Amino acid sequence: MSSSPGRFTVGQAVRVKASYPPGHRRTPFYIRGKRGTIERICGSFPNPEELAYGFDGEPKRVLYRVRFPQKEVWPDYRGAERDLLELEIYEHWLDPA
Amino acid sequence: MTHGHHHPPATGPEFDSGPPSEHEILSRAMQELLEERGVITAEQVRARMEKFEQDFPYRGQRVIAHAWVDPAFREKLLEDGKAACAEFGIDLEADKLIAVENTPEVHNVVVCTLCSCYPRALLGMPPTWYKSENYRKRVVREPRAVLREFGTVIPDHVSVRVHDSNADMRYVVIPMRPAGTEGWSEERLAALLTRDALVGVTVPKLTA
Repeated sequence: MSSSPGRFTVGQAVRVKASYPPGHRRTPFYIRGKRGTIERICGSFPNPEELAYGFDGEPKRVLYRVRFPQKEVWPDYRGAERDLLELEIYEHWLDPA
Repeated sequence: MTHGHHHPPATGPEFDSGPPSEHEILSRAMQELLEERGVITAEQVRARMEKFEQDFPYRGQRVIAHAWVDPAFREKLLEDGKAACAEFGIDLEADKLIAVENTPEVHNVVVCTLCSCYPRALLGMPPTWYKSENYRKRVVREPRAVLREFGTVIPDHVSVRVHDSNADMRYVVIPMRPAGTEGWSEERLAALLTRDALVGVTVPKLTA
């Protein structure tokens, strides 16, 4: 898993692309444009955006778990400052931040 | 309804409001057509759904109880959930599993905001509330309020971590072992581990 040939490393700051293409996407709308850090590298997986339309999902994409402070995701978040949200984002949805 | 929590009328984690989705309508229409033409019967559909539940019994409590008593196994479960389950005789099939651990500083809770991804091979079929829009929308936005509805109050000094199971990983929570269970057998510990505690909406408690 750690030998994943990804662009990003654990702890690196990233921003989710604020992009809104049509079609099947695994990047929830609420997280687009938000800034977080790489929590772990999950490995490479067939691209779900291709699989959804009957293609083979190649080339595979590197999948990361990205950690976001809740206050970054929801500026009016009312829970504790230290609360976090973690989700899985494919490499092609991430930019260095 | 297995939780004792209260919720405002017509909301709460168990219930969705509004008309059926386009996909529900399509799937119902397809089933009716197939039944009309004698391709399938309603009884076959019902029996298949029942079989689904038997294919995936709730086995997660045994794995977590083992992790409570065996620190080396706990490490392995945190390192590679799938391999640890395999060692325990549970084949997670296609699922990759990430185990997340509750500590005095961290409380974890799992959701899939996009659909209802769930570690079925470990926890069985997802409960209705897990699939509801209400839970999926709100637990990422106001997790502490949703947890309170399940009777789970997390103090402010504890970090609530919400895990959105939005792609290829599946998640299980390793709850904290309650004080007062020292020397208990794995079987007795497993009985404390309800499914909801392994999703993170409750914490295991000793019932007096």
